[in-house]
Amino acid sequence: MKRYSMFAVAREGLNYHLGWGRAWRNPAPKKKYDVIIVGAGGHGLATAYYLGKNYGIRNVAIIEKGWLGGGNTGRNTTIIRSNYLQDPSAAIYEKARSLYETLSQDLNYNVMFSPRGLLMLAQTHHEVRGYRRTVYANNLQGVTTEWIGPERVKQIVPIMNIHGPRYPVLGALYQARGGTARHDAVAWGYARACSDMGMDIIQQCEVTGIRQVNGKVTGVDTTKGSIDCDKLGLVVAGHTSVLADMGGFRLPIESLALQALVSEPIKPCMDVVVMANTVHGYMSQSDKGEMVIGGGTDGFNNYTQRGSWHHVEETVRALVETFPMISRLKMLRQWGGIVDMTGDRSPILSKTPLGNCFVNCGWGTGGFKSIPGSGWAMAELMARGEPGPLTEEFSMYRFREGKFIDESVAAGVAH
Amino acid sequence: MLILECPCCGVKAEETELAPGGEAHLKRFGPGSSDADFDSYMFARANPKGVHFERWRHANGCGKWFLAARCTATLEVFGTYPAQTTEPPAELQAYIKSRRPEWEGYK
Repeated sequence: MKRYSMFAVAREGLNYHLGWGRAWRNPAPKKKYDVIIVGAGGHGLATAYYLGKNYGIRNVAIIEKGWLGGGNTGRNTTIIRSNYLQDPSAAIYEKARSLYETLSQDLNYNVMFSPRGLLMLAQTHHEVRGYRRTVYANNLQGVTTEWIGPERVKQIVPIMNIHGPRYPVLGALYQARGGTARHDAVAWGYARACSDMGMDIIQQCEVTGIRQVNGKVTGVDTTKGSIDCDKLGLVVAGHTSVLADMGGFRLPIESLALQALVSEPIKPCMDVVVMANTVHGYMSQSDKGEMVIGGGTDGFNNYTQRGSWHHVEETVRALVETFPMISRLKMLRQWGGIVDMTGDRSPILSKTPLGNCFVNCGWGTGGFKSIPGSGWAMAELMARGEPGPLTEEFSMYRFREGKFIDESVAAGVAH
Repeated sequence: MLILECPCCGVKAEETELAPGGEAHLKRFGPGSSDADFDSYMFARANPKGVHFERWRHANGCGKWFLAARCTATLEVFGTYPAQTTEPPAELQAYIKSRRPEWEGYK
């Protein structure tokens, strides 16, 4: 792999940029690997990367039925934040956010992390109280957030109407180091680093079965033949239940469609991320100038990557009141991703009833922001075989024990 | 757009009129059951990619609960039937089988 740098650009320029080579290899699967990760999205690739980097486990295959980064990693609104109420969530999301700070340097790949600041608007008195509580919790957890009043909000986001008749802006939870990153680059950067460590990323290879002997996993059947492994990690977001069914167990997961849309590109008008949870609307401006808008999830099980029209309508209707200037924007594209929702809206990083099979799922609508932290924690779980400090609260058995990490109540909505 | 015919009032309702209620035909395990059974009933879900039986309420209509058979991979609706049943009606199962020959059948 060629290291990317200013000097490399100059050197390759002398050769008309013909000598760069591919960023990752496209190998045929070997007969056996120490570890197989199913799912080459952000989480799967990050898991493989930290297995190699932190634990020296490099005989790893990452199997992907489509193309890498082509699932939810390529279908989100790229928001990064860690202002969660519950301690275990704040710990893992803040781990992820802090890893994002240096990810471009670590991977030698520009992921365009932009800590531009993030506002969660309080538009009802309930939210004011909830977010003030979150600020206190965050301060105890070591997550830097602050509560700001409506005048300060208006100062940060001049295009906002804070006196809306239905949903006035009463203040906001402000995380100054929250922001966005280039979603594809996160997947590509991890893929390049994994391939460089000698790991095999096998694309267009669908897992059709999980082989087991005496309750322990021995390998997977795929459309490119059977592959043996010592340990298996399922990191497939929306399709987790399908894989779990092959493994012979069920999970507290339901797959729902979550939608996003982008407008035509306009001149820079908003340099922070704004989330309005009461109305299920999230908005930021991309580097291309498009306004990127996220909405709420549908209520019914769905694997189709397209959502219901009325959610788009509700999201846009609410945002137009808060941002009157977007009322004349044309929306260019709209799409859906299949998110894996748990009952308490917190992820599952866990051992499973099947031996040597581990699962990383349930990130729901919070998948992109957590990619580095999730990979870090999942690598620890898989390398040690036992949960570490970041993962012990996120067991799939927490529901049976009543130890929910209840972010659905904390956030008031899906998040 | 999802359209389900309410078997109680006969209205063809589109989804803003309806409230989804999750997986249907769950066997209830209450007090006295084992932790594993209760966990399985309360939290674990089949969440299939394909034929799915689920509960719906005609919330902005007659207000009654009913059940529906739907394909989560294509959003095709196979049919709706009353909530007062313990398993999908035989003719509905036969219809689903005709539409999805690879379907393994109910339960």
